[in-house]
Amino acid sequence: MFEIFGVPSTALFGQLLIGLINGSFYALLSLGLAVIFGMLNIINFSHGAQYMLGAFAAYLLLQYSGLGYWPALIVAPLLVGITGVAVERLFLRWLYKLDHLYGLLLTFGLALIIEGVTRNYFGSAGLPYTVPESLQGGRNLGFMFLPNYRAWVIVASLTICFGTWFVIERTRLGAYLRAATENPTLVRAFGINVPRMITLTYGFGVALAAFAGVMAAPIYNVSPQMGSELIIVVFAVVVIGGMGSIFGAVVTGFGLGIIEGLTKVFFPEASNTVIFVIMAIVLLVRPAGLFGRRG
Amino acid sequence: MEHVANPLAKKPSELRTHSETIAFVVMVVGLAVAPFFTYPMFLMQTMCFALFACAFNLLIGYVGLLSFGHALYFGWASYLSAYAAKAWGLTPELAVLAGTATAAVCGLIAGSLAIRRQGIYFAMITLALAQMMYFFALQAKFTGGEDGIQAVPRGHLFGVIDLRNELAMYFVVFVVFLAGFLFIYRIIHSPFGEVLKAIRENETRAISLGYKTDRYKLVAFVLSATLAGVAGATKAIVVQLASLTDVNWPMSGEVVLMTLVGGLGSIFGPVVGSFVILLMQYKLAPVGEWVLVIQGAIFVACVLLFRRGIVGELANKLRIKL
Repeated sequence: MFEIFGVPSTALFGQLLIGLINGSFYALLSLGLAVIFGMLNIINFSHGAQYMLGAFAAYLLLQYSGLGYWPALIVAPLLVGITGVAVERLFLRWLYKLDHLYGLLLTFGLALIIEGVTRNYFGSAGLPYTVPESLQGGRNLGFMFLPNYRAWVIVASLTICFGTWFVIERTRLGAYLRAATENPTLVRAFGINVPRMITLTYGFGVALAAFAGVMAAPIYNVSPQMGSELIIVVFAVVVIGGMGSIFGAVVTGFGLGIIEGLTKVFFPEASNTVIFVIMAIVLLVRPAGLFGRRG
Repeated sequence: MEHVANPLAKKPSELRTHSETIAFVVMVVGLAVAPFFTYPMFLMQTMCFALFACAFNLLIGYVGLLSFGHALYFGWASYLSAYAAKAWGLTPELAVLAGTATAAVCGLIAGSLAIRRQGIYFAMITLALAQMMYFFALQAKFTGGEDGIQAVPRGHLFGVIDLRNELAMYFVVFVVFLAGFLFIYRIIHSPFGEVLKAIRENETRAISLGYKTDRYKLVAFVLSATLAGVAGATKAIVVQLASLTDVNWPMSGEVVLMTLVGGLGSIFGPVVGSFVILLMQYKLAPVGEWVLVIQGAIFVACVLLFRRGIVGELANKLRIKL
């Protein structure tokens, strides 16, 4: 045991780890927001609620069909993603010609509905979800204790982020997506079904949120309000990073998670607000965001 | 691209002014006699929220800026007003003034940050800043944390009129509401208001005409925050309580809902909207969390089916301006 700036190293690294975990969720959620915004021009306010739905889906799958963590990691995002497809077909597609803010208002309404319904059936108290057996325990790294599950969350989230970046920036499908973002009419003229692509993009973004929710279930309790406070922080992350680049979203997400973790060590009273303060400073210094283009 | 609200661009101007005057007289007479027939408490709260929604509407309806953090000004004004009345023993008018000043300063700071980005980012920034101030309210000593500031004395207005009398309190709120309402009406119909509407319709063009749109937006933002502060500060005196509810994000959502239901960009819309939403909350209080679901459903329905809101649709049907 040694000390850094008067703080025991275990405490410091422990908070850094928590910061990285939170950062994983910020990165995954802001990535989903950015992908959806790029294609639909809608800020998905229900993203937090859909993250919460992912966690609830995992919980319910375990309770009622005995599906454990690993199958849930695939099934829950799939199920929630399908509801996302339905939401896009039923509601969102009517809004593309309108001002952006109607999309925000509609998805805010959806978030209220989802949160209200889950609160009615499950109450506000958190429900426990245990860490899968294969990831229980941890290892001692000498300077700190690293629980296996947390290591897995960081690795999985980095992998997903990299995978999404790769698909969008380096594959033919991604090229279509980027082209459709720039000029949907032209891409349609090439015979590509743009409306279907939009639907699937929304479904994918929502599934990404649900995936994050399943991963969060064993760390935080599964509760109806787990999404709503997180989404506001993620909005700040998105404002700081700008939604122009996937890489930017991921770096900003992890970076802010780490800063938040460090704040918990050195100045715990500010840990709730540090991300918002950073947002204010970034707005003063670089109004377009760290990785964003002006606008 | 359809804009936030411009339901009535080309209607005969005489009918317009008349319809607004008639509606205003109906509203004033209605509010003046209402306390003798129904609960003054409910009406006072409605008027506070109506003023809050009108202030919010000034931004979204006439400048096209969606602030998703207006609870910040409403809530912090109510804290300061409650604290001034209780801890400093100020008279109610000074307490309300203290709350309003707080909201104005908060509005100036938050506004000058938020107008640095456009469109959807503006909404996210205002929401994030409001959440930050929510955490301050949660941690600060003087706000009383989860308990809030309770048992705020109503005191004597100007040291003379005893506001513990329900009717006296009612007519004070009535005057505050009307003053705020007329002030907003005046802003909208001033040359300054015309520039705001020009910014709503086409900001780039307004800039090319030589207007420093950022300054106009900032002034509009501060005015809106200040008026939201008047509403919040008055409400703290009326209900004798300032709590975290008023400063948290669902309150920001609620004022959006009230304005949307009544009609964005309609001068009477927010008044009707806040009455409808508060009435609904009272009637539905027994069903608990379903209120949240119903509010969400109203949001969805309004956005998909009637974006003009109750008053906007009515005005459109009757081809008048309201």
